[in-house]
Amino acid sequence: MALTLEREAAPTVTRHRTFGQDLIAVAVIVVVAAAGYLLFPDNLALLTRLIAIALLVLSLDLVTGYCGVATLGHAALFGAGAYAAGIVSAHYGINDPLLMTLAGIVAGAVAGLICGVVILRAHGLPQLVLSIALIYLFHEFANKASSWTGGSDGLSGISADPLFGTFEFDLYGHTAYIYGVALLLITLVLLRILVRSPFGMLCRGIRQDPLRIRAMGASPKMALIKMYVISGAVAGVGGALTAISTQVVGLDSLSFTQSAEALVMLVLGGTGSLFGALVGTLIFMLFEDYVSAANPFHWLTLVGALLILVVLFAPKGIYGTAAAYLARRREART
Amino acid sequence: MQTVLSIAVDALAYGMVLFVISIGLSVTMGLMRVVNLAHGAFAMIGGYIASYAARDLGLGYGAAVLLAVVGTVIISIPIERLLYRRIYGAPELTQVLMTIGITFCIIGIANYVFGPTLKTIPLPGALQSSVDLGFRTIGTHRIFAIVCGLIVALALWYTIEKTSFGVKLRASVDNPAMAAALGVRTEVVYAVSFAVAVGLAAFGGVVGAELLPVEPYYALRYMVTFLVVVSVGGAGSISGALLACLILGCIDTTGRYLMPEYGEFFFYLAVIAIVCVFPRGFAGRMK
Repeated sequence: MALTLEREAAPTVTRHRTFGQDLIAVAVIVVVAAAGYLLFPDNLALLTRLIAIALLVLSLDLVTGYCGVATLGHAALFGAGAYAAGIVSAHYGINDPLLMTLAGIVAGAVAGLICGVVILRAHGLPQLVLSIALIYLFHEFANKASSWTGGSDGLSGISADPLFGTFEFDLYGHTAYIYGVALLLITLVLLRILVRSPFGMLCRGIRQDPLRIRAMGASPKMALIKMYVISGAVAGVGGALTAISTQVVGLDSLSFTQSAEALVMLVLGGTGSLFGALVGTLIFMLFEDYVSAANPFHWLTLVGALLILVVLFAPKGIYGTAAAYLARRREART
Repeated sequence: MQTVLSIAVDALAYGMVLFVISIGLSVTMGLMRVVNLAHGAFAMIGGYIASYAARDLGLGYGAAVLLAVVGTVIISIPIERLLYRRIYGAPELTQVLMTIGITFCIIGIANYVFGPTLKTIPLPGALQSSVDLGFRTIGTHRIFAIVCGLIVALALWYTIEKTSFGVKLRASVDNPAMAAALGVRTEVVYAVSFAVAVGLAAFGGVVGAELLPVEPYYALRYMVTFLVVVSVGGAGSISGALLACLILGCIDTTGRYLMPEYGEFFFYLAVIAIVCVFPRGFAGRMK
């Protein structure tokens, strides 16, 4: 009798615990963001860029960590969002930051749909090659359509109106930073709900055993394409944030390097967990800022060595390994 | 007509250089099922060693090529034993990350040692002249590259189809467990083919240095091209890789001649189309 009671009680306990974890996570991010704001008031541009890249890495985590699709072309979605937000402002005079963000989301989702349909046609190496070919195709296209995108000079002439008509995007980037933190928090909460929803579970199932999912009556391909569109929207938010905060969109936002770096950040932090993506981005970007200022080639060597070490000794990434360690400790204590 | 022939000759030279470098990648990928993004880095090491030997040590071209191949193979042995051994049979993402990490390390170290400038490999006098083909003149080194590609293709075909090592290799590709049960020492086969692949990469890096200049980001810049060749050709197939190199070389060179302002747009469009139609490459086997 007691056993059955316990079993029934267990899910509600875990639900409470995960809800509590969510609250803690939001609080931690707010505290870290506030600390960044107070400690580095002169470096807010870097911190805003960090948030934008974090959104890209989160979006990559959705397809790589949760669905198991290996891609080296994810910056295509990010760049699409950035260019859409920039073009809406520079060519159509729509300068409201919320509308620009919306444009980024829509463009990211459309790019996600295109990339998803193409990339999911193959598996393994061909899939990887398709993703690489796509990012180069996007890059060359943006380079060529220079009347729209500014080509290799970058898209300039973006100026966002004050947020809600009152908070101006100042030179020091205070507003952009706070706007970015708000976007990140909203996205994170929505994604936490998403990955725990039945749809999120379905995607995890597809990563583990697509054949079985198909036998159960679900269509893996449709689910993955849906996830790709969602992931594109998230990446689009990040792209729009860079367009709004830096007022310029360059070709580097659509580059293979950007995609590979995002993948490295994700793996450094840990795939398959949203906080892993955030931790990886934070560590990578801060280290990059310090080391590559000294010597870019030392930075490459260091990243390479770090990658090899993570793959060999901490396949779950920094966050995943730390979380597993803490969980073991907790189990040992009880 | 003149343009067509010019394009054909350039495409042939470019395709052959691609072939020499990426055939090793194709064989190891078909054999060990490792997505090796660091293959271009080995070609780069070869280029650096040859440049160092020819310019700073004053050795001849032939000696420089030999030194480059041997040196790169020696460098690759500990990397294979310590790092690659651990990712055989691992998921693709793991392999991609490990080999990207190796590439980054090699780029960083090579630049620390040799400096961040473009490296040239001085050609011997015999290869500096040019030959009149009737419709245009062409550098002798391009003909040399084409001949090297043909020799490599023939030698590999002979080794794989006609020798006993080739039999063991094909057996290990098709079914490693069964080959091992029949007494083939798959470990040795793996190690030898990895060494040959790396040696060919270094050889291709040196021979093709006029077409694909050796510079710090060589490994990253052409990594994609080599991967594309293998994927389009089908991993583990010599004829598939040869066909892929010729077709891709042709598309790329035609694009550069006729529509230089579009860059590599059509190259990647063609790649997407080919991979979508032939998901396992031209010569890929259905599993």
